[in-house]
Amino acid sequence: MTAPTPTAVSPGRAGWLLVLRDLRLGLRRPGEWLQPLVFFLVVTTLFPLATDPQMSRLRDMAPGALWVAALLSSLLALELLFREDGQDGSLEQLAVSGLPLSWLLLAKTCVHWLLTGLPLVLAAPIVATALGAPYAAIPGVLAALLLGSVTLSLIGAVGAGLTLGLRRGGVLLALLVLPLAVPVLIFGARATALAIALEPMAAPMYLLGAIAVLSATLAPLAAAAAVRISLE
Amino acid sequence: MNWIWFHRLGSPPHFFRIAGKMVPWFAWLAGIAAVTGLVGGLGLAPPDYQQGEGYRIIFVHVPAAVLSTLAYAVMASAAGVGLIWRMNVAHAVAASCAAVGAWFTLVALATGSLWGRPMWGTYWEWDPRLTSELVLLFLYLGYMGLRGAIDDTARADRASAVLALVGVINLPIIHYSVDWWNSLHQGHTLLKFGKASMPPSMLVPLLLMMLAFTLYFAAILLVRARGEVLRRERNARWISEAIGERP
Amino acid sequence: MMHWLNMGGYWPFVWPSYLITLFALALNIYLARRSLAAAKSEARRRAQTQRSET
Repeated sequence: MTAPTPTAVSPGRAGWLLVLRDLRLGLRRPGEWLQPLVFFLVVTTLFPLATDPQMSRLRDMAPGALWVAALLSSLLALELLFREDGQDGSLEQLAVSGLPLSWLLLAKTCVHWLLTGLPLVLAAPIVATALGAPYAAIPGVLAALLLGSVTLSLIGAVGAGLTLGLRRGGVLLALLVLPLAVPVLIFGARATALAIALEPMAAPMYLLGAIAVLSATLAPLAAAAAVRISLE
Repeated sequence: MNWIWFHRLGSPPHFFRIAGKMVPWFAWLAGIAAVTGLVGGLGLAPPDYQQGEGYRIIFVHVPAAVLSTLAYAVMASAAGVGLIWRMNVAHAVAASCAAVGAWFTLVALATGSLWGRPMWGTYWEWDPRLTSELVLLFLYLGYMGLRGAIDDTARADRASAVLALVGVINLPIIHYSVDWWNSLHQGHTLLKFGKASMPPSMLVPLLLMMLAFTLYFAAILLVRARGEVLRRERNARWISEAIGERP
Repeated sequence: MMHWLNMGGYWPFVWPSYLITLFALALNIYLARRSLAAAKSEARRRAQTQRSET
């Protein structure tokens, strides 16, 4: 059934090669993947400026500020996900390679998260502390953002695939992805709030984990379908 | 099980003709159901013992809310059928759902907030149902935005179908998460209508109104779908016969 | 009659709800019919240009 490939590469190896290639390409352009991180920092800085800089007040607001900023900067990063590869035709090559496209897109999404999501998670302790979170809350904040940002990248991949090559893709992408991200936002912010209040945060974390697993299984399939349609 | 009717519906000329014949039926039945439902709901039904006459908003609010979800379900199923069997007519039906569904959502939100003012004391409460209705409106707007951004009809059909299907998987999760989120912030709201606790004098008009809205939706859907079918099948010969243009 | 229109004092909420619903339903009828009419006239124009070409 599958189209014969000139050099038989197993899907696993192809995914790994794709990860290496994308990482190498991404690291060559630090300006691009650092932008979401800077954006995240700027937005979280704006929150205290726009409201009350009292630490006790900030602490109540910290989960919301962290998650809205994380959501917006992941949205900002999404445009980078398929744009280059869509323009130079390498995405088309992946689609006709005979390898499962969903798997390859999952690999691409993982690299995208490594470059744009992970720096944001790593910066979160500083931001959370600045917003008044106690030190003991940092592991919880990190865990929630780690799970949440992966899920946001996975969901975003579907939107990025659908808007691939559209002229006014940016705002549309936000309109498509934001409603789908509502559950992540709710459970993530709730888990963070519980962590900052130093209370057990297992319940929202389980739900966040369930959404992450569901997205990891279904989102690549939908993204692959979307990319194939966009490439037609 | 005979599937011939289904395959025949997939043929655009047949669909165009059948749909055109069905529209007046749906429209008239919707009108009759709406009139009887309104007489029952605004006239005969007794006032609610808690909310007095104010509860009568239910006869437009609940049908609109139900139809907003139903329209999304129809849209997603039609989109799925269109995607799997590459059926143009199904895509035409899916494309016709979005605008009507979005209007139902808007009506449900507006009447809900008008109902909330006397009952909760505020036009907008972050009530789980109102909140998920708002997210549903955004989903509709996203669907229409995607469709509008793609010029090629075939691509717009298939891309928006994927979006509709992703949305339909997400809707229960969104609904559940909003429910969960809200239960942390506030107690049960005043408005609780269990079906069992509702006397037949209120329930029958409500069901009639739901029927009327459903039939209305079917009629609007078919009118719009006929137009969409015409747009998709521009150069076929049957069109000139269907629109009464004798060659 | 006035008693009925008053809706037990809830008239500022009940009647606007019904008006909004009525407006939206009527608007959708208009929009749907206009969309079908536009599709028809476009199809007709196309059919005519096709005929004049052959």
